[in-house]
Formats: sequence, structure tokens, C-alpha cells
Amino acid sequence: MDRIFTVGVVAVQGAFEEHCSALRKLGVSVKEIRSASDLSIKIDGIVFPGGESTAQGKLLRESGLFDMILPMIKGGLPVYGTCAGMVLLAKRIENDDRRHFAVMDITVKRNAYGRQLGSFMTTGDFGGLGDIPMYFIRAPYISSVGKDVVVLSSEHGAITAAREANMLVTSFHPEVTDDLTVHSYFLSMIP
Amino acid sequence: MIISEQVKLNRDLAKMLKGGVIMDVTTPDQARIAEEAGACAVMALERIPADIRQAGGISRMSDPKMIKNIQAAVSIPVMAKCRIGHFVEAQILEAIEIDYIDESEVLSPADDIYHIDKTMFKVPFVCGARNLGEALRRIAEGATMIRTKGEPGTGDVIQAVRHLRAMNAEISRVRSMRKDEIFEAAKELQVSYELLLSVHEEGRLPVVNFAAGGVATPADASLMMQLGAEGVFVGSGIFKSGDPKRRAAAIVKAVTNYMDPKILAEVSEDLGEAMVGINENEIAVLMAERGK
Repeated sequence: MDRIFTVGVVAVQGAFEEHCSALRKLGVSVKEIRSASDLSIKIDGIVFPGGESTAQGKLLRESGLFDMILPMIKGGLPVYGTCAGMVLLAKRIENDDRRHFAVMDITVKRNAYGRQLGSFMTTGDFGGLGDIPMYFIRAPYISSVGKDVVVLSSEHGAITAAREANMLVTSFHPEVTDDLTVHSYFLSMIP
Repeated sequence: MIISEQVKLNRDLAKMLKGGVIMDVTTPDQARIAEEAGACAVMALERIPADIRQAGGISRMSDPKMIKNIQAAVSIPVMAKCRIGHFVEAQILEAIEIDYIDESEVLSPADDIYHIDKTMFKVPFVCGARNLGEALRRIAEGATMIRTKGEPGTGDVIQAVRHLRAMNAEISRVRSMRKDEIFEAAKELQVSYELLLSVHEEGRLPVVNFAAGGVATPADASLMMQLGAEGVFVGSGIFKSGDPKRRAAAIVKAVTNYMDPKILAEVSEDLGEAMVGINENEIAVLMAERGK
């Protein structure tokens, strides 16, 4: 890296600290985004962590962050959504009437593997970069994608990681492991 | 320390709840209000702690049907309580696929010596603790999330503050010890050496730690967060207040923006009546004394 990137990590609710620490390991400067004033500095990318999409969506809207971040994503800001973050970015959600940013051409099923007893760990390939550990925690999956979406991982026929232009999503949680493959990939999306 | 995949998955679910508010609810309607207000999970129970306290008598696991109705009403994780040591209540809750079991001192204890061997379950458990020793004993038994005990159903935050401060003070003490002092400290605290060593090395509990008991206002919630809680349980504080919907949303915002007094001032406005509450020295049963 010739310059130090600054990545915003949305910190309204959920496992944001884990993303911050993964990004710091890669030499990135991290900015937690909780309220509108946190966006006064320039960021090179933004991460939506795991957590509860209903809680995060509401907090983002009420803080004014939603209206600030949406045009940034549409303008090409690299964005990475994990689990709940994937739900926030999806254009279509199979089993929920709520929509959030609705920017990525994917159809997502929330809590697709059932309740916590359905949570599991596996290893699988991510984008041809080799096998990585994948933790699925009350995870969603992608049931279908639009034509411009590239599938990066799948598990038993369901899509679990994908990219469309400046947008990256995973059903699983690389931030709870020591593997930095997905975060490195995300940083490579920063022009 | 080497932990099993299941324990890791269960600890990781608690991480997803961080920075959030877990609300006690007794009906599907209340559960929907909580979800709409931004709760990251709900605790399904027949009576909230303030009413349990008032009603007296033996308080048990809730009717599974009532819990299932709440599971059907919301998409966020649903937790439920079983009595301390009552592993059959826990088996029943696991059978209905609850997301997290709270082995809770709020209910009447079923066993005054043994807690549940939580390592025998796939479903995750949260347990209350007043200090580092209790927390690490519960973690050794398989708890994958800890909360302060506080004094539930009182609307009095003093005990939650006391427990969190005690835990923080002990963690700092263990952190600053020489490594060869950890053996003796483990004996003193009656905890496993391996767990205490991990606290010494990491400077924190190996699992997520929430505040619970007596949180009634946005300021209470922020106080607990500033003292180091990673999220907040609100029991009676919401649905015993004048305007539950508004208060629930305000407490959620207070937890996200716990370091921002301007936002705290805004969300504290016009919330209607807080739960009346009772002082800890006016009550007959100290629930926090249950289960050491």
C-alpha cells in the first residue's frame, strides 16, 4: 500500500470491534461511524458488521447516516457487508418486508439456516483465493443474483459471498477468525 | 485456551448482540414493539422481574407455547430463562430451539449447590455474575455470555454498577499480576487456572459481558456502557414505564451513542414516567444472592 487507507466501520450495533481489529492488522486506519459527525473525515471504504439488521437499519435512518451513506455507495465507495450488513445492502429480501440501502442486485433470505442451533462452521473457497474458515451465525444466504454479480463463495448450493462493482457481501463472519483473506480482498477494491 | 466449535459459535452469537439492548417481553405485541424500537434480542418471559418480585412465590420457566408465539412474532434472537440448576427446563428450552438460555437468579433457584452443566448443551447460555469469580465459574460450566446480576425488578441501578465495577477492578488486578501469581489467584477466586490466565493475557473476560438489573433510563444504560458493559439488558424498565415504545427506542439510541451527552440529552426528553422502582434496602429478597 502506497498510502494509508481510512476505512469507516459502522458502529451503531453489532460486532464492529472485530472488523476494526482485522482492518488494523492490515495497516488500515479505522474510523467508527456512529453518528453523522463521524463522516466529516474522508473515508476510502465502509464496512457494515454483523448484528441485527432491524436494529442497525433503524439506528442508521434516525441518525441521518442512512441518507449520507446511500449516495456514497451509489457513487462508488467500496462497501463490505457481513451477515446483517449483507441484508442491509440487498435489493430483495425473501422473508422480510423491510428494505434498507437496496443497492446490490441480490435476493437474500434472512436467518436462512434457522435459529442459533442451526449456526455452523465450515471451510470453503473464497473467490478462488483458497479455503478459509467460515462461521455462519444465524446467517442469511443469497438465493439469487443479478447478471452483474460475481459469486465468490457458495455452500451446499446457496451463495454465501458475492461482489457487484464496489459492493462485497459475505453471509459468514471472517472478522471472528484470524484469517484476513476477505478483508484483504476488500481493501484491494479501493481504487 | 482451546474451545470447541460450538462454544466458539455460541460466544460469537453474543458478539453479534454487542452494542445492543435485550428487552424483557411478555407478549408477541411487546416483542414486536421491542423489535421495532431496535432491540437486538428479546427475553421471553411470563412475568417481568418487577411483577415476579411483587407476586412472590415460586417463579419458573415460562410456558413453551408463550415463548413459541414470541419466536413467531419477531426475526431477532429470542432468549428465555430457566431456573438455576434446572437442567430439564434448559432441555425443554433447547427443544423449542431458543436462541439463548438465561440461567437466571430472577427465577426461584432449583438447586442451591449446582448450576447446570452447560457444556452438555448445544444451545448457548448467558449467566449472571457479581464478580470475576462468579463469571469465570459460570464460563467454566459452559456459559458463553455473562451479564451483571444487578437487582432485577427494582429500577435501581446500584447493584449493576457495583457488580460491573467489582468485575473491572478484579480484571485490572489480575492483568497486572506476574504470571506466577495467577496460580494462587485462581485458588483464591475458586476458578480454573486456564480461564484466569486468559483474563491475565487479554485483560477481559473470554466472553461478551452485558449489564443487567435495574436499568430504567437512557442515562442508566449509558452509565453501564461507559463503565465497560458491551450491551444492556432492560427488564422491567421498559414495559413498566409510561411510554414503552418511546423509552425502548431512547435506550437503544443511548447504548449506541453512550459517549455523546448531546444525543443522550435529546433522547432523555419527554419519555413520560419511568418505572417507580424500589430501593435495594427496601426489598426482602435479594435475587443477586442466588447462585454463587
